[in-house]
Amino acid sequence: MNKNLPKWVDLGLIPLLTLFLAFAVSGLVVMSIGQNPIEVVRVMIQGAFNPFGIGHTLYFTTNFIFTGLAVAVAFHARLFNIGGEGQAGIAGVGVTLIMLSVDWPHWTVALVAGTVAAMAFGAAWAAIPAYLQAKRGSHIVITTIMFNLIATAVVGYLLVGPLQAEGSLPESPKFPDGAALPTLHDILGVVGIEFDRFAPVNISFFLALIAALLVWILIWKTRLGYEMRAFGHSERAAVYAGISPMKITMVAMLISGALSGMMAVNTVQGEAERLVLGAVEGAGFIGIAVALMGRSHPVGVLLAAFLFGILTQGGAELQFALGIPAQMITVIQALIIMFTGSLENMVRIPLEKIFLNTGKRGQA
Amino acid sequence: MMDFLTNDLLQLSDSAIRFATPLLLACLAGLYSERAGIFDIGLEGKMLVAAFAAGAFSALAGMSVDDGGWNMGGAAVWVGLLAAIIASIIMAMIHAFASITLRGNQLISGVAINFFAAGITVLIGQYWFKMGGQTPQLHEGQRFEPIILPFAKSLQDVPVLGPVYHDLISGHNIIVYLSFVIVALTWLILYRTRFGLRMRAVGENPGAVDTAGISVVKLRYSALIITGILCGLAGAYLSLGTAAAGFGKDMTSGRGFIALAALIFAKWKPIPAMWATLLFGMLEAVGSKYQTLDLGFMVLPGQFMQALPYILTVVILAGFVGKAIPPKAGGEPYVKER
Repeated sequence: MNKNLPKWVDLGLIPLLTLFLAFAVSGLVVMSIGQNPIEVVRVMIQGAFNPFGIGHTLYFTTNFIFTGLAVAVAFHARLFNIGGEGQAGIAGVGVTLIMLSVDWPHWTVALVAGTVAAMAFGAAWAAIPAYLQAKRGSHIVITTIMFNLIATAVVGYLLVGPLQAEGSLPESPKFPDGAALPTLHDILGVVGIEFDRFAPVNISFFLALIAALLVWILIWKTRLGYEMRAFGHSERAAVYAGISPMKITMVAMLISGALSGMMAVNTVQGEAERLVLGAVEGAGFIGIAVALMGRSHPVGVLLAAFLFGILTQGGAELQFALGIPAQMITVIQALIIMFTGSLENMVRIPLEKIFLNTGKRGQA
Repeated sequence: MMDFLTNDLLQLSDSAIRFATPLLLACLAGLYSERAGIFDIGLEGKMLVAAFAAGAFSALAGMSVDDGGWNMGGAAVWVGLLAAIIASIIMAMIHAFASITLRGNQLISGVAINFFAAGITVLIGQYWFKMGGQTPQLHEGQRFEPIILPFAKSLQDVPVLGPVYHDLISGHNIIVYLSFVIVALTWLILYRTRFGLRMRAVGENPGAVDTAGISVVKLRYSALIITGILCGLAGAYLSLGTAAAGFGKDMTSGRGFIALAALIFAKWKPIPAMWATLLFGMLEAVGSKYQTLDLGFMVLPGQFMQALPYILTVVILAGFVGKAIPPKAGGEPYVKER
């Protein structure tokens, strides 16, 4: 149906209009809790872009690039991975285990090791729901949600048990100094640019950009990516063409889980340098909104992740300046998922009428 | 051993019923939706919104006028229940509009509703009550009280049946009893009424229903209104009918998803749904009674007990307890032929 729509409408106008609707309704929500939407936007933008805020904005953006790409890759194979939250949580355990096992000589080695561990643990946590979907037909949406809840219990157990540092806090010991990743302050300092010394954004940001590029190559330039898209388009046609549903489901979910897991490099290794409770902070779920908004395209994901980075950091400022709970972001996120996802036809159907009726009359 | 049977088992079964009630209502809610061919992973969100509406409106209705309330005394709890049902129906209608009218993706719609519920309940709760997203503690008249069934006290000493009647069957609140009535009612509606027959048909083969001149859209909307009402009851139970006595943020804690698993386990049938949710209720009861479980050779930590219902859900979904075949047209938007 949508192949008749001009490309700029499909990829430009519709996302913009749906986003506009989501923000308009968010504005109504803001008004309903007695706040002024214009003031809210001002505080958020200011909070997200001031010299201290931008480092946090980019830090959150990094998380959302990973989780957004994760959901996007699964979407291409028509798999709905809501398990990013759990995959990233378990990946944090993986990063912690490896970081605490060796006295790391240099951050480059630690970065590679941390990344591999995060990917492996994230992928492993996605593997079970993927296998159950492919082999036993159990619904991946519900199993991944269950795995999120189970992951919370696992991490909770480890942090008051085997992985707990001395003391009463539910957190792991701090990683050795050699495991610390360079921050954006350190990196930009090499070329003489000033950047906030305390900002949490670190080298993982570039790792995220590389991941986006690799996902683009995977989906559009490789045989595997083609098979995934074919499978996502029509399972029956894909099977007829000799594509194995088992293989595609497993591979897509393993990649997806690995990508979700990589956010642990940013949060656990890059920022906290230890495992703490609730390290994922809903980033896995925000990945769903990011992927939907970004139309599962890496470039779209980058833009959407940046938008959510702004929203998250700006939202923290809202709490500070206006006393609005952080759940404001959850509501905006929900509205974006709703309007760009399930209510998209609200915009698409009228636009199709306009563009197809002026083009040719009497479609089937 | 006798002591275990009379005390522990009875007490466990009693709390199993309490834990099962919201699951059962949510499970039946899902049954109507999915039998009519609409996937609903937004049960969780609808319950959460309902729990909040119930807690907030019951609190407001029961508060004195000086405190900004409506001073409605014993009617407060009913105001809360009504608010819960209305709130839940509104969410169900958003889902209906997205999935039926706009033929959007039903999974995505459900996910959005869950997030929306998680956020909006805290936002409004904080704005109204300034208690970090909680609603005020509910007192008498603002919540459902246990109902002591006739002769429960005098029959208590009758061996076996006496304690069962007194401890297990008597002493629940009205929503608990109502939920079991609704099981029977759902069975009747599903298998003995025209509406039920059509609803089942629309979930299997909407084209055939349409050909017979019956509106697919109308049937599906009706089913989702029932889903809304039942999720409303489930949510109201959480804040008005449990020891929580008020709304707490994210208080549904995955129950909507467990209800879905129970629905699949029950093969989309009302009576098995009751047994499935009672099983989950029992699991939750065991988990909350025994914080850690000593198996002799190892001690299971509390976190494991918490995660047990989720693990069981995965096991059930994996089909290790029998194959479940969902309604055929589930999740597929119906496009009328021209």
